[in-house]
Amino acid sequence: MATEFHNLQELRQSPSLATKVFIQRDYSEGTVCRFQIKFPSELGSRIERTLFEDTVKTLNTYYAEAEKVGGQSYMEGCLACATAYFIFFCMETRYEKVLKKISGYIQEQNEKIYAPRGLLLTDPVERGMRVIEVSVFEDRGSSGSSPSSNVSSGISQR
Amino acid sequence: MKHCEYQQIDPQALSTPTPTLPPQHAVVQEEKKGETARRKWEVFPGKNRFYCDGRIIVAQQSGVLPLTLGLILVTTVLFFVFDCPFLLKHLTVFIPAIGGVLFVFVVISLLQTSFTDPGILPRATPDEAADIEKQIDNSGSSTYRPPPRTKEVMINQQVVKLKYCFTCKMFRPPRTSHCSLCDNCVERFDHHCPWVGNCVGKRNYRFFYTFIVSLSFLTVFIFGCVATHLALRAQGGRGLMFALQESPASAVELVICFFSVWSILGLSGFHTYLVASNLTTNEDIKGSWSGKSGTEDTGNPYSYNNIITNCCSVLCGPMPPSLIDRRGFMPVEESSQTVATEIELAAKNEINVCQLVLCLSVFVCMAHHHPPLGGQLSGLCSVLCWLMSKCTQGTKDLLESASRSPCPQTGKPQTVSTSCPDSIDPADPAVTFNPDVTSDPDPVAVPSLKCGGRHHSHTTSPPDEPRQLHHHHHNRHHKTRSARSSSKRAALHISNPAYNVSLSPPTSPGLGPSHGTGAEEHVRDNFATLH
Repeated sequence: MATEFHNLQELRQSPSLATKVFIQRDYSEGTVCRFQIKFPSELGSRIERTLFEDTVKTLNTYYAEAEKVGGQSYMEGCLACATAYFIFFCMETRYEKVLKKISGYIQEQNEKIYAPRGLLLTDPVERGMRVIEVSVFEDRGSSGSSPSSNVSSGISQR
Repeated sequence: MKHCEYQQIDPQALSTPTPTLPPQHAVVQEEKKGETARRKWEVFPGKNRFYCDGRIIVAQQSGVLPLTLGLILVTTVLFFVFDCPFLLKHLTVFIPAIGGVLFVFVVISLLQTSFTDPGILPRATPDEAADIEKQIDNSGSSTYRPPPRTKEVMINQQVVKLKYCFTCKMFRPPRTSHCSLCDNCVERFDHHCPWVGNCVGKRNYRFFYTFIVSLSFLTVFIFGCVATHLALRAQGGRGLMFALQESPASAVELVICFFSVWSILGLSGFHTYLVASNLTTNEDIKGSWSGKSGTEDTGNPYSYNNIITNCCSVLCGPMPPSLIDRRGFMPVEESSQTVATEIELAAKNEINVCQLVLCLSVFVCMAHHHPPLGGQLSGLCSVLCWLMSKCTQGTKDLLESASRSPCPQTGKPQTVSTSCPDSIDPADPAVTFNPDVTSDPDPVAVPSLKCGGRHHSHTTSPPDEPRQLHHHHHNRHHKTRSARSSSKRAALHISNPAYNVSLSPPTSPGLGPSHGTGAEEHVRDNFATLH
């Protein structure tokens, strides 16, 4: 994953972070969890549009499955109510099961597609389901001695 | 921005610590870094309290939850002890059985409502906040920051405005609102209920609904059974007074049930209406979708236009997990953020910062109103400002340094209370420091905050919504009001934990409900701006 770096950066454990791109939520269908499929311009050179859009579409499908109000969720809800909600201590809810599937999928995508391109997807659940955070790492041969500190000092000066 | 002040202090980011801080601050930070990994609840920026290592979450003030629990327990216990034996003998065994089941439902759903995360949204990370700021600056004018930031989205062909939350530094998702009492954005925010001592939001609305419905049934059931009991006893011409004399506890139960059944039934009916139309209390009170604003076609975009579907989606929908991950461990690379949050944590958990500042501001007030103190006012102010700047570094450090600081006037190492020994009347109630009393900090003294802590409350987090809810919807909560007024009377007897060298965790910390506008954080903002 680490490409060629300056000498200073080679001493660091992790490759240096250039920027972070945030994919925001798409609220056109209400409060269900859905992310915008719009391809961000900052990623234009790093990854193909179709690959990225497929990832986001698959994630949206997973979240729609988790939040689907249907037969299984009714059963779960009624059973929970009947047991005075003790069932939540014993059983994993369907939502949690789907979230586990999602984190497995994101990990797989990171390993196969994003990491070779110097990108890293962060699971939205770690960001409060607000954004899909795509960390863009420094590409081979790009200049800039310490862009991560520039980013953080830029933030801290606000 | 407030947090960034503390990020600059991080030894990892800077080679030298800021010179305004004493060396012991850096030492404290080093010690904190050396500790074992902290769980995320320990550095949670909101005003919630956590128990059982993060498993249980409650609001900062328990409100009248003990009263709620107490009333329910007392009434039910009296019912089982005094009425059930008679009814069991004369009627049927199902009466205590049904009563028992209802009681279990009520208590469990109440505890779940109180101890469950209502759907708190974690605050935006600094990178996210910067990204949003960049987008706003790009779209708007760059010369000045326009006041309230909104973003419009289309939801089901209807325009909905999303507001920017200055505290959490993000655009709030639809139906999300910021609770000023808990200082969190809560998804599908309904209201902050003092009776359960927690916000009611997406994750615990079903528990809350179960609670009020089962409580209505329980109240009506007990009322009916007690009335039947008294009627049976009064049979044979013996009269009601005779029955009451034989079973006085029934009178207590009758009174409690009679006065509570109306409000509880009303609340259940109201929330049934809300569930059936997929509305929240917040939206209903503000009239978001009722067309009060005059625009046409402002139907509720979230409603399925079918009562059964609405009910099922609200009550039987999938249970989303908690987003704040209370029991996860803090990752190592976020140590620069935890430094800031650790500082806040130390100030929050060990001592109520505002209580200390209130005490000190009372001093300043006293100095203002007592001309002989005028000469020592500057000394008091300097001590006050210095102490306020120290508040955020951890209260233990604060106390130790306060006890060691030389008095500006007398030149002797003294505690703050004796810095003006000649002028303050020790009998004055404003300066009666009773370490044992942990009364609610008074809403009256909050306006007396001298370093302008209050005026920030309107620029950072909009506190109007939950406050409106509290006053409009829960206008029957006269008990909370009387509790607040009694806290005003007791306000002058402010506990000054500064003198409580052996610190204990605050038992009932927190500001009065109407002033829980995140004043703690805003006061801390001011501390930071003093540098």
